[in-house]
Amino acid sequence: MSDVALTAEVLLEHEVGLHARPSVKLTKLAKTFRSRIDVSPGPDGPWIDAKSIVKVMGARAPKGTVLHFRAAGEDARAALDALVALVRNDFETGAAGEAE
Amino acid sequence: MTGTPAPGPELIGRAASPGLAAGPVVVVDALAGDVVASGDPRTEAANLTRALETASAQIAGLTETVEPEAAEMLEFQLAMLEDEELTAPVRAAIADGASAAAAFAAVLDAAIADYGASSDEYFRARTADLADIRERVLRALSGKASEAPAAGAVLVGKDLTPTRFLETDWSAGGGIALADGSPSSHVAMLARARGVPMVTGLGAFDTSDLKEALVDGDSGRVRFNPDEAARRQHAERVEALAREAEAAKTYLGRPAATACGVPISVMINVAAPEEVDALDPAHCDGIGLMRTEFLFHGAGGLPDEDCQYQAYRKVLEWAGGRSVTIRTLDAGGDKPVPGLTVEESNPFLGCRGIRLSLRRPEVFRVQLRALARAGCRGNLQVMLPMVSMPEEIEAAARLLDTCVAELHAEGHEAVRPPLGIMVEVPAVAVTPERFAAAAFFSIGSNDLTQYVLAAGRDSPDVAELGRADDPAVLALVASTLRGGAAAGLPVSLCGDAGSDLAVLPKLLACGLRRVSVAPAALARVKAALAGMRLGDDG
Repeated sequence: MSDVALTAEVLLEHEVGLHARPSVKLTKLAKTFRSRIDVSPGPDGPWIDAKSIVKVMGARAPKGTVLHFRAAGEDARAALDALVALVRNDFETGAAGEAE
Repeated sequence: MTGTPAPGPELIGRAASPGLAAGPVVVVDALAGDVVASGDPRTEAANLTRALETASAQIAGLTETVEPEAAEMLEFQLAMLEDEELTAPVRAAIADGASAAAAFAAVLDAAIADYGASSDEYFRARTADLADIRERVLRALSGKASEAPAAGAVLVGKDLTPTRFLETDWSAGGGIALADGSPSSHVAMLARARGVPMVTGLGAFDTSDLKEALVDGDSGRVRFNPDEAARRQHAERVEALAREAEAAKTYLGRPAATACGVPISVMINVAAPEEVDALDPAHCDGIGLMRTEFLFHGAGGLPDEDCQYQAYRKVLEWAGGRSVTIRTLDAGGDKPVPGLTVEESNPFLGCRGIRLSLRRPEVFRVQLRALARAGCRGNLQVMLPMVSMPEEIEAAARLLDTCVAELHAEGHEAVRPPLGIMVEVPAVAVTPERFAAAAFFSIGSNDLTQYVLAAGRDSPDVAELGRADDPAVLALVASTLRGGAAAGLPVSLCGDAGSDLAVLPKLLACGLRRVSVAPAALARVKAALAGMRLGDDG
């Protein structure tokens, strides 16, 4: 990884945290970029591959977590902007409809 | 063995999705562990790749045909299947000599155990998806296609994966009868959404000679290989239910009354604020029970005051001026809340309901403050669960008074709502006069029944004992009604007995005039009341 990593952070406000549906949307979006992208539930890691649903679900980030993103590569800036916007828009969901 | 199979027994399980179904049996047992291993790592790796592709293609195909909620679940499964983080350890084990099937099963079993150990209910629920993925890939590895059952079949087995449900053509009816399974599983939710009758928890039974099944998703009964009489009886009930559903539409918008003209107040039970969105408040006489446990199951820990206030306010505003009874947290028993309830060997007799709230005043106060604030938005009553001593009402009332005074001092709008109690502990029903400090009584027939008959709701083996129309239970209902009348308190009933049309006439005969039922039962209950005559059963 020769590129300098760019970083961004955003508050996770989704009602049920980083569960299946938000994780699917996040990893799908991350995969559309060529940069290496990591995400972490805190500023000091652990950093995990934002393109892996297994890893992202494994982080089990609850509502109220500040998600930190780190990206390195040619489209790093665009990737961070897109991911932050996704989280900020509550994963483009309307009313939370997670079944009990 | 050929020819007409012997009439089978009637099995009793748990009703998971209402309605009646009849059809040929298709056994959907999970794959037997007979995948032939080649012994060659390269062949095994290639087989794995092919099986993953097959499984992904099958799930992707399903995604196009299902409802949005189910599509989201499938997308999650698809993302997991396509994630190298999941498959890399499988490939490593194959390189070390394991068969593709054994390696994949081991990795999925570990993931299932990991998700299953989570304290978060939502994560635990994902184990069903992982088990689904596991079975689908192993089946692809075995090379045996799972043939889709013909439309109209009754699927019978140990359990059913969500994708098997989604693959099935339900357009011509059909049903589900499972030895294991649970009414709160994802499959059960899908079945309710699609109107597919389903019974779970039938216990182990021999599936070798089953040809035909009648499924009663209302009472949780399944009859295999029925004789002509059982078949005819079933068909008559299907017709009667259709007639009832038609009649119910007529009665939904009218005030409920018996055939002899006695008005009955019919309210609804609500478990989450979103449930009221699809309902017309004019169809009921208010909310007889709003549960608040849903607030305490979020991933972010215990809910803050504002989050609770918003939920209560939404329901109060929906109801307009109609009465809304909100029950304070009824955690414990079969409803644990991480970080709040304690592990007990006998949780139904333990620290649950008001007992827990009074022990955790810092949590209880947040709820009481939210309720007092929301009370300004409608006609609110607050109900305490699991009361067994009059002192518990006093302690809760003192706490509520303090909260209201504090809110006023802080400059908030707040009211002091009337404080009533659930009557579910026999001690209250036996001597209701001691509890006259309550503003109202609401009989919780489910718990009252299990406590009176010492028959746990969580044990299918004693389900037959725990009948809400047992004479001992009815005697306590009558006692509660007399106690309430003597103290000038309204008495309602909010358990399942109120929507059980075989029990309801007996409750009316005891003097009950107010019931609160599940929204789905509202029309049926109002229609049935119109056909009941007081004294018929008295």
